[in-house]
Amino acid sequence: MNSPILALDKVSKHFGAIVIADGIDLALSEGEALGIIGPNGAGKTTLFGIVSGTVAPDSGRVLYAGRDITHISPAQRCTIGIGRSFQVPLPFAGMSVFENLVVAAAFGGRRREREVYQGCMDILDRCGLGEKANRRAGSLTLIDRKRLELARALATDPRVLLLDEVAGGLTERECHVLIGLIADIRRSGVSIIWIEHVVHALLASVDRLLVLHNGAFIAAGDPHTVIKSPAVMEIYMGIETDV
Amino acid sequence: MSIRVGFASRSSRIGMAASAVALVVLAAAPFWGGRDDLQLLSQIYTYVALASLWNLLAGYAGLVSVGQQAYVGLGAYLLFGFAILGGVPPLWSIPLAGVIAALTAIPVAALVFRLRGHYFAIGTWIIAEVFRLIASQVSVLGGGSGTSLPAHIVLAIASTRQLRDFLVYWIALALVVVILALIVLLLRSRYGLALKAIRDSELAAACNGIDVQRTKVLVYIFTAFGTAMVGALIFFQRLRVSPDSAFSVNDWTAFVIFITVIGGIGRIEGPIIGTVVFFALRQTLADLGTIYLLMLGAVAIVVMLAAPKGIWGLIVERFGWQIFPLERTVVRDTGSAGAAKRA
Repeated sequence: MNSPILALDKVSKHFGAIVIADGIDLALSEGEALGIIGPNGAGKTTLFGIVSGTVAPDSGRVLYAGRDITHISPAQRCTIGIGRSFQVPLPFAGMSVFENLVVAAAFGGRRREREVYQGCMDILDRCGLGEKANRRAGSLTLIDRKRLELARALATDPRVLLLDEVAGGLTERECHVLIGLIADIRRSGVSIIWIEHVVHALLASVDRLLVLHNGAFIAAGDPHTVIKSPAVMEIYMGIETDV
Repeated sequence: MSIRVGFASRSSRIGMAASAVALVVLAAAPFWGGRDDLQLLSQIYTYVALASLWNLLAGYAGLVSVGQQAYVGLGAYLLFGFAILGGVPPLWSIPLAGVIAALTAIPVAALVFRLRGHYFAIGTWIIAEVFRLIASQVSVLGGGSGTSLPAHIVLAIASTRQLRDFLVYWIALALVVVILALIVLLLRSRYGLALKAIRDSELAAACNGIDVQRTKVLVYIFTAFGTAMVGALIFFQRLRVSPDSAFSVNDWTAFVIFITVIGGIGRIEGPIIGTVVFFALRQTLADLGTIYLLMLGAVAIVVMLAAPKGIWGLIVERFGWQIFPLERTVVRDTGSAGAAKRA
């Protein structure tokens, strides 16, 4: 197999006594889609923080296309191809939806402003926000804010896309549209790590599923096998897995 | 389907037309107003400029400085220093003071940018105090008690007192227009996109490829440039400078924060509205003495409770107006799309 596009090498992180990441190893191949599930507080979002550079690990390395990026800034990581959506949407609330995407495309994609307009509009259309391009992002509903998170991450023109619970709260039909969009993104050659509680969306989209619990992966492999494994059943006991 | 992107909206077209009319009326003030009117208007302009600059710093870049009086005072002292020691005409000193202040801001930024949040605020205040103490040690400019602009320099500006008043007034108006225009151009540029993004979410800005720290440093330097020019102008109007007046935290920062917060922080229109409110209060209540300051405080509290984003913030939320064309609006070229469909 080719060398991975993104890798974590024995990454650890703790906040006080709470272990968030305990010597995590991870390798994402080019073009692969990886799903991560785990209970609340397992350390999923912190893992994205470590990959995108907003959280500094206590130890271990982050590698992107073979290069050690552990110590470079979030902005640089974005410009070299790591795009991220936020679990709790962080829109640029005082700017229009369109301007949100222009920021991502012009800075994250390192392009001149005028060159990105058409592309931004295309992405908004694909994400179902085309008609709301001139709305202030702060006036969007939660669902539209989540769509904007995905659209903005796409606008940075990523090679690796980190999706943090973009399906939560969508209706069945909207979820179906999202799965189609993710498939589209994959076809364009983007590698994906997707954290999600809506398990059926993951099962329809990812090649491999990892289960994070107390800062470590306790199961990994084929999504349909992993989701039925005893370890997962135990963690999710009493929780609707939606399979 | 092609798209077009423009800045203007209906409210901004009305706003710009109204601004143009206001500018003509204000430029003609020497022909309709008395000496007191001109002085009051000049003061309003300097506060609009100071507040607009502080708003750029605090409202957009999130840098809450309590030490912008450092640059007001620096500008003032540079103007007096150039005039008294170098014989430089005061008019030339104003832009020169701006440039030197911007250069001074580079090492200062290297120092204060090591601090964050509250510490940054306190740090900037301390820097301003250091500037004040240094100014009071310059004995050739009067040390702690300050100095006046020599008569021959004042007389060289214009032959009659009336002409001098007019000239100073127009310079004040020109300076505020230039500073506002620069801020509008800045906010419309690529840097403006970055600044507005930082204003709304620093974390998301960083994760979308914006070098947050670098953008902030550039804004800090630009603000020092503008603030020092305004400082030079204020004390050129007063013809007298002293460390306590030039580096006053009350006059050049506390009032400026009041203006920006009640007008609407993080909105270019906010400081303009805020200055009008501030001067309306001052003109009607200033005779009351201490009560006046208490009432300013009460107004600030009421605005913060009723409209945390200031008066203009409330208007934007309610009506979505913008006086200055800053927001990109995208329009689909439906005509050509329809044609393509028919073909």
